[in-house]
Amino acid sequence: MDIKTALFDYLLRLGDDSLILAQRLSAWCGHGPMLEVDLSMSNIGLDLIGQAALFLGYAGEVEGKGRDADKLAFHRDALRFRNCLLVEQPNGDFAQTIARQYVFSTWQRLLFQGLVKSGDPRIAEIAAKALKEIDYHADWSAEWVVRLGDGTAESRDRMIAGFAWMWRFVDELFQVDDVDAAIAKAGIGPSRASLRAGFDAALKKTFDAATLPLMPYPAAVLGGRQGHHSEHLGHLLAEMQFLPRAYPGATW
Amino acid sequence: MSNTLGTTWRDRIMSVLADVPDPEVPVVSIVELGIVRDVREAPPAVVLTPTYTGCPATDVIKSSVRRALDSSNFTDVAVETTLTPPWTTDWISDAGREKLRAYGIAPPPHSGSLRARQAPACPRCGSLNTEEISRFGSTPCKALWRCLSCAEPFDHFKCH
Repeated sequence: MDIKTALFDYLLRLGDDSLILAQRLSAWCGHGPMLEVDLSMSNIGLDLIGQAALFLGYAGEVEGKGRDADKLAFHRDALRFRNCLLVEQPNGDFAQTIARQYVFSTWQRLLFQGLVKSGDPRIAEIAAKALKEIDYHADWSAEWVVRLGDGTAESRDRMIAGFAWMWRFVDELFQVDDVDAAIAKAGIGPSRASLRAGFDAALKKTFDAATLPLMPYPAAVLGGRQGHHSEHLGHLLAEMQFLPRAYPGATW
Repeated sequence: MSNTLGTTWRDRIMSVLADVPDPEVPVVSIVELGIVRDVREAPPAVVLTPTYTGCPATDVIKSSVRRALDSSNFTDVAVETTLTPPWTTDWISDAGREKLRAYGIAPPPHSGSLRARQAPACPRCGSLNTEEISRFGSTPCKALWRCLSCAEPFDHFKCH
C-alpha cells in the first residue's frame, strides 16, 4: 500500500470517529438528565466536531481531488466511512452513552498521546491541540462511570448493561490492518496494538473505583475501518446529511 | 514598513486588533485573550490561533478581524490561523484577567502556579469557599462553579 493512500484512509478514520460520535452526542442536546450534563455532552460534541473538521480537511488535501471537510462529511455514503463501530452505536440511556464515551475517550487519549509525536507535523499539531480537550472528556466520563457504577442498584445495573452493549466493539479499536501497519511503519502514528496495555490498566482503575466487575470480552465485531458498518450508521447519516444533500450549496 | 508618525506598521495593526472583542466574552479583546499569535510583515498577515478546536467563535473572530482590517484600510493584510503552539490560558493578559473577573467570570490560574489546582475565588465576593458544579459550561472555555459563601453561581475560565 502506498503511503498517500494509507494516510488518506488513516485521516478518514481519525476524522470519522470524531464526526460520528459528535453527531451522536448532539442528539442529547436538550435531553440530558440535567442541565450541566446536557452542556457537557454538547461541549464534548463540539470539541469532536473541531477535530473532525481538521482531520477531514487535511484528508481532502492529501487526496487532492478538491474535496474539503464538508464535502467529505456530507457527501459520502456509509460504505465510505471509516469510523469504528463503537461510535455509531445508539445513545440508549444515559449509562449506555457514558459507557461508549468512556471507552472511546480513554482509548482516544492513548492514541493521541502517540499522535503528538507523529512524524507528520500536521497530525502532530492537531493531536497536541485536541489532547488538551480529550483529557477533559476522559476524566469526565470516568467520573460518571464511578458515580453510576457505585451509585444505586438501578444506576449500577444500567451502567453494566451499557458496557455490555459496547463491549464487543472494544477489540476493533486495537485492530491493526494494512493501513495501520503502513502508518506505524512510516512513523505517522503509534501501532494500535501497543495501546492495549494502557487501556486495560485505565479501565481496571476506573472499574475498581466504580466497584464494577471486569467483564470478559465477547467475540469482537469488526469491519468499521473497512466500511462494513452496523445498520445504525445509515440512519445516522440520513439525518446528518439530509440538508446539504437536499439543498446543495446551502449556506447560513 | 514604518510610517512618519512614529508608530510602526505593526503597532497600528495591533491597535486595530485591540478593538476586536471576543464574540462570546465581549469584555476582553482578542489580543487580551492571547489568540493573536503573530503580525507578519512579508507577506502581510495576522496569525490567529483557536482557543478550542470546535469553538464556533473561531470563524466569527476571523471575519471580525477581516472587517476591522478592511475598515482601517489594511485590505492587503491576510488573516491566517495556526494550531502550533496550541493556545493556553497562560496567554490571557493580566488586564484581560481583571476584565474577566469584573465581568463575573473567575479568570484561569496560571498553569505553573500553586493555585492551578485550587478552587477559584468567587468573582463577586472574593471567597475561596467555592465548588465546581460542572466541568463544562456555556462555552467550551468555561466551567460552572458556585460560591458557598455568597451562594452565587459563576463561570470559571478553565485552565487550559
